[in-house]
Amino acid sequence: MRSRVDSGSRTPVSVPGDGPADGGAARAGDQPDSGFDLGDRSWGSRLIVGSGGFPSLEAMERALTASGAEIVTVALRRVDPGARGSALEVIDRLGLFALPNTAGCYTARDAVRTAHLAREVFETDWIKLEVIGDDRTLFPDAVELVGAAEILVDEGFTVLPYTNDDPILARRLEDVGCSAVMPLGSPIGSGMGIRNPYNVQIIVERATVPVILDAGIGTASDAALAMELGCDGVLLSSSVARAKDPERMALAMRRAVEAGYGARRAGRIPRKLHAEASTPGEGIPELG
Amino acid sequence: MIVALNGRRAELPDGATVADAVKEAGVDGDGRGVAVAVDGEVIRKVEWGKTKLEGEQKVEVVHAVQGG
Repeated sequence: MRSRVDSGSRTPVSVPGDGPADGGAARAGDQPDSGFDLGDRSWGSRLIVGSGGFPSLEAMERALTASGAEIVTVALRRVDPGARGSALEVIDRLGLFALPNTAGCYTARDAVRTAHLAREVFETDWIKLEVIGDDRTLFPDAVELVGAAEILVDEGFTVLPYTNDDPILARRLEDVGCSAVMPLGSPIGSGMGIRNPYNVQIIVERATVPVILDAGIGTASDAALAMELGCDGVLLSSSVARAKDPERMALAMRRAVEAGYGARRAGRIPRKLHAEASTPGEGIPELG
Repeated sequence: MIVALNGRRAELPDGATVADAVKEAGVDGDGRGVAVAVDGEVIRKVEWGKTKLEGEQKVEVVHAVQGG
């Protein structure tokens, strides 16, 4: 329990998401309506969607279209001669940008090598850098992550690291030249939302690169909260792909990101413990 | 010679190149959207036809799949 919440106080209660309207807007890449700069490009959508976990390629295509996303994450795996259809063909047909990830890598060495392979496959030097510590939590291994980021930045990659909700680690990643920081809300695929909004708020406050909330989003309100906290974007996958109706959830996420961003820009009212009438107290007729 | 091709033992003729291994892995066409690593090092596509393999090498042939 935070000490500022005491029953007799009329002091506004400060909680994550209560920041000033310009708290996120002052940072790089902001524009009046929507859209932001990431890497060396401008994007109209602040929602990035993963391509994994969909029941079919057809379901993925419908959901990607509904999401309005321009960036879609993809992975690399051994070729499977028996595989039907290709995620990349769908992404190409929709005119979206395929952002390769290094999912499944446990060491900096493997992540760097996977990034090299991705550069060959996708003809891009953008990489969503994931270096995980174990398969139960899928939490990033901070030491390996920073090591891989440093190497890839030096090699000219645009590095977008999936990271812990740790403000110091986020700073370290920014210091080595990452183009964004992407803190998790909660474990990948858990749908637990944002478990430490305070840390996300601290990361946002001091970041000079875009902050993209990555992992843990369960439903639309989680995505809206991420944006209200001042994040520049949201990256989600399972919450759409594994929803009962992925297309409908994709549209909900699109609206949630837009709504959360709008609310952040508008500047919410401070929270107060007690009521504050919105109807004037003066001029009330005496009727007794 | 025997190489480890995508985690499986594969027999290739002596003098086989990376391009041969890619074909053996089941890739048709020009290899667009495919990348290869030999013992962890990426072999660029332009080098596939002239890079000879040696026995016991680990050859990984990868492509894009759905992923978050």
